[in-house]
Amino acid sequence: MSVRVTTDAFDPGAETNSFLAAGKGAGAAVTFTGMVRSSPDAPITTLSLECYPELAINQLSAMLATATARFDLLAATIIHRYGVLRAGEPIVQVMTLSAHRRAAFQGAEFLMDYLKTDAPFWKQESGPDGTRWVAAKGDDDAAKARWD
Amino acid sequence: MKILYFAWLRERLNRGEEEVSPPDGVVTIADLIDWLAQRDEAFAHAVEKRSLIRSALDARLVPHTTPIAGASVVALFPPMTGG
Repeated sequence: MSVRVTTDAFDPGAETNSFLAAGKGAGAAVTFTGMVRSSPDAPITTLSLECYPELAINQLSAMLATATARFDLLAATIIHRYGVLRAGEPIVQVMTLSAHRRAAFQGAEFLMDYLKTDAPFWKQESGPDGTRWVAAKGDDDAAKARWD
Repeated sequence: MKILYFAWLRERLNRGEEEVSPPDGVVTIADLIDWLAQRDEAFAHAVEKRSLIRSALDARLVPHTTPIAGASVVALFPPMTGG
């Protein structure tokens, strides 16, 4: 299990390859990459992520331990960036390894749902209309609640 | 004890952290928020909707009902938007 909270950019392909190389003999791996979104009707120039790193490491480690036990994962990794990012840059990568695909998919989805509401990062978007803090979404709470 | 603030709460208070010495009657995080609000109008305004304030004690996420005795760092912040 591995958690990385960093201001450094990461390479999703290289991270995936090293995760897969370490998972020799397992049957299934899922990798998810979240990227900075900028759509034509809501363009942004930068996304700033504020972070409380000590709490983030504790929260992400606890999520990994829960997911590993619940879905019987063989390995799991979360990489989460903070600082100032541009459109298209990777923000987060979640990778899960298990004997069969269902556990790997479910473990990755569980981790992403928890990251949305329980990881101490705060997003602030800047674009042509100025700068605003991204509000927490009720949909994200609902997505997390379905794992209860 | 040290208090950390994040995101729009930090912006509204115009500070990311401060040292405070709460009196004996301040037992829980909720008491601490009330005490800080009494001292500072800007703080009172920023935390008016208590349901929008999350809290951590020594880098552990906890509810407002948690006692602060023995803790060295309290963090107060808005709902998280990670992922």
